[in-house]
Amino acid sequence: MDTERIQTDTLHGIGASPGIVMGRAYHIDRAEVRIFYHYLLDESRVDNEVKRFMDAAEWIKEELRKAKESIPAELKDHVYVLDTHMLILSDHNFFDAVIEQIRIGHINAEWAVKKTVTKIQESFKKIEDDYLRERVLDIGQVGQRLLRVLLGSPSGSLKDIADKVIIVAHDLTPEDMTQIKANRVQGIVTDIGGRTSHMAIMAQSLEIPAVVGLRQASEVIVTGDHLILDGGAGLVIINPDADTIQRYQERKARFELYQEHVHGQSRLPAVTRDGQEISIMANLEMISEAAAALDYGAEGVGLYRTEYHYLASAKLPREDELFENYREVVESMKPRPVIIRTLDVGGDKVAGYMEMKPEANPVLGLRAIRFCLREPEIFKTQLRAILRASNYGWVKILFPMISSVSEMRAVKDIYHQVCQEMDRQQIPFDKNISLGIMIEIPSAVIMADALAKEVEFFSIGSNDLIQYTMAIDRVNEYVAHMYKPFHPAILRMLHQLVKTSEQAGIKLSICGEMAGDPMCLPILLGLGITDLSMNAFSIPIIKQIIRETSFTESKEFFKRIFKCETSGQVNTLVFEHMSRILSRDLMNQIFNHPGSGDQSPQ
Amino acid sequence: MADNPEQLEINKRLEVMNKVGLHARAAAKIALKSKEFKSQIIISKDGVSADGRSILDILTLNCPKGTYLEIRAKGEDAREVIEALTQLFHDKFEEE
Repeated sequence: MDTERIQTDTLHGIGASPGIVMGRAYHIDRAEVRIFYHYLLDESRVDNEVKRFMDAAEWIKEELRKAKESIPAELKDHVYVLDTHMLILSDHNFFDAVIEQIRIGHINAEWAVKKTVTKIQESFKKIEDDYLRERVLDIGQVGQRLLRVLLGSPSGSLKDIADKVIIVAHDLTPEDMTQIKANRVQGIVTDIGGRTSHMAIMAQSLEIPAVVGLRQASEVIVTGDHLILDGGAGLVIINPDADTIQRYQERKARFELYQEHVHGQSRLPAVTRDGQEISIMANLEMISEAAAALDYGAEGVGLYRTEYHYLASAKLPREDELFENYREVVESMKPRPVIIRTLDVGGDKVAGYMEMKPEANPVLGLRAIRFCLREPEIFKTQLRAILRASNYGWVKILFPMISSVSEMRAVKDIYHQVCQEMDRQQIPFDKNISLGIMIEIPSAVIMADALAKEVEFFSIGSNDLIQYTMAIDRVNEYVAHMYKPFHPAILRMLHQLVKTSEQAGIKLSICGEMAGDPMCLPILLGLGITDLSMNAFSIPIIKQIIRETSFTESKEFFKRIFKCETSGQVNTLVFEHMSRILSRDLMNQIFNHPGSGDQSPQ
Repeated sequence: MADNPEQLEINKRLEVMNKVGLHARAAAKIALKSKEFKSQIIISKDGVSADGRSILDILTLNCPKGTYLEIRAKGEDAREVIEALTQLFHDKFEEE
C-alpha cells in the first residue's frame, strides 16, 4: 500500500452494537446511485424498459429467496424483513405502479422506480401515529437495490468475503446482514442509520460491534485501511499509530474483564467508601423493562412514565386497562416502591384523539398537569386506576410540571374527590399513599419551601429544569449546544433546592438524565442527594462509581466547583476530580458507556 | 364475479390488539397469510379500503393498537380466510 496516503483520523458516529474490534476495512459499494431521466421517444423501447424492470425485480426476489434459505440461526427472528422486501416487489401498489409509470410517462425504468418509491414514501409520511410511522418499512432500500441491478452494478456481495474484516458501507440492507458470517466480519461501519434501525438490531443479534451514522465513512475509508472500531463509544479510528493500537488492545481486554465484574456486582447495594448508602432506582416506560431493572439491582421504580398507553392507543385507554398495567408493574416490583407519574402529555407528545390545537410554544403550553386539570375526567380515570393498583404493592404518586402552590392544591382537590368516591364504592386502596411533585420549573424551586407543605416528596426532573432555566430548546440545533447540566446557574439552582428541602424536612430525589450520567454523579453526591433514579442500563456503572467515591470528599469537591463562573471551568474540575479518584478501569468504562457525558446533545 | 351465486362473501370486524399496532412485521404477516388463499380480501378502516395482499396498502391504513378493521373475504375459501385472519389478529400477530 502507498504509505503516502496513510493518515490517522477519528470519526464519531452512533454506537449501535457494543464491543471493541481492530481489523482491516473492506469497502462495500452501497453509495446512493445516480440516475437520469430518459424520455422514451421510441414507442418500442417502452416494452423493453418494462421487461428490464420485471427482470430486475424477479432477480432480486430470487436472491431474497436464497438469502432466506441460508439465514443464520441468530437472525431467524428477523426473517420477516426479507419477507417485507419480497412483498413490496410483488405488491401491485409498487410493481404495477412502476410499469404504469413507464407506459404512461414514457420514461426509463430507473426513473419510474424512483418516482414510485418517492410517492409511497410520501404516503407513509401521512401516518399520524408516531410509533407506527417509525416502524413502517424501508421502501427506500428496496428502491436502491432495484436501481443498482437496473444499472448493472449489483456491487460486491458480502458472501465473498474471505478474510476477517470490518465492513464499511454507505448502508447495508437486511439481506446484506443475512449474508454476514459472524466469524469473518469483525465489525460494521455505515454512513447512515440509527441505534434502532434494522441493521443495528441485527448486528446486536449477531453480537458484531457496529458504529452507524458516520455520514461520510464510506467516502473516507478504503479497503485495506486499518481500523479500530469502538461500538460502545461510537468511534472509528482510521490507520491508528502503534501507541493507539497498544492502548486499545489493553483497553479492550480490560473492558471485557471489567464489564463482567461490574455486572456481577450490580445487585449489591451502592455504598460509598465512607459508608454512605445511595438508593438507586430505575426509570421505566414499559412493563417489559421491569425484569432488566431488577436484574441490574434497582431498589424500586423511581419514575414510571405513563404516557405510552395514551400515545400508543387510537382512543383514550379505559380505567381497567390502565389498572391492569399499573398492577402488573407494582406486583413485579413488590415489596419495592413504584413511583407512578401521572400523565405528561402535550408539548411534543400528543395522541391523535386528543384534538389539541396547535400551540405557538408547546413546551410552555398545555402539557402535563395543566392538561390534566383542564381535562379532569381523564385525570380522574388515571388516578382511580393508580389507586386501585396501590392495593397490590407499594405505590407513590408523582405529579409533573407543578409550577405553583395553588396548582398543587387544585390537584389535591381532585385527588381527594377520587379517594372519597372510591371509599363510597368500597373499592380498596392504600390510604397512606405518598404524593410528590416533579421539580422541573424554576418557579417550583423558588417556591419549594411552600410546596414542601403540600406534598411528601420532591423529584428533580433535570432535563426540563435545565431547559426552562436556560431557555434552551434541546432539540433546536441552533441552541442545543447551550444546554449544559454543568452550568453554574444549574448548580446554584440545585443547591438552593437541596437547602430548602433540608430545612423543610422533605425527601428529595432526582430522576432526570443527570442521575444516570456518570460525569454528573460527583456533583449530585456533592450536593448531598442520596436518591437517584435512572435508566436500568446505567445502574451497574453508577453503582460502581459510587463504590469508588467518598461522600465527604464529594461534598468538599462541590464547594470548589460552586465557585466556578462558567460551565467550562466546572467541566474541567469534574474531569480532573474523576480521573483522580476513580480507577483507570472505571474511567475507561465511563467513556464506553452510551449516554455518558451527554452534556452536549448530538 | 360478485354475482356468481357460487361465491361466498363473509365480513368480520377485528380489533388490532398487539401493543405496537400494524407495523411492518404485522402487515407482512397479514399479506403473506392472505396470499395463501384464492378469495378476494379487502380490509377497510373508516371507509378506506386496502387489499389484504398488499403490504403497502395495509401500512397506509395507519392502524395503531385498538383500531377496528372490517375484513371482507369473497370467494370459495372465504370462510377459511376469515378463520385464519381472526386467528392471526387474536394471536396479536404472534408478537406478545
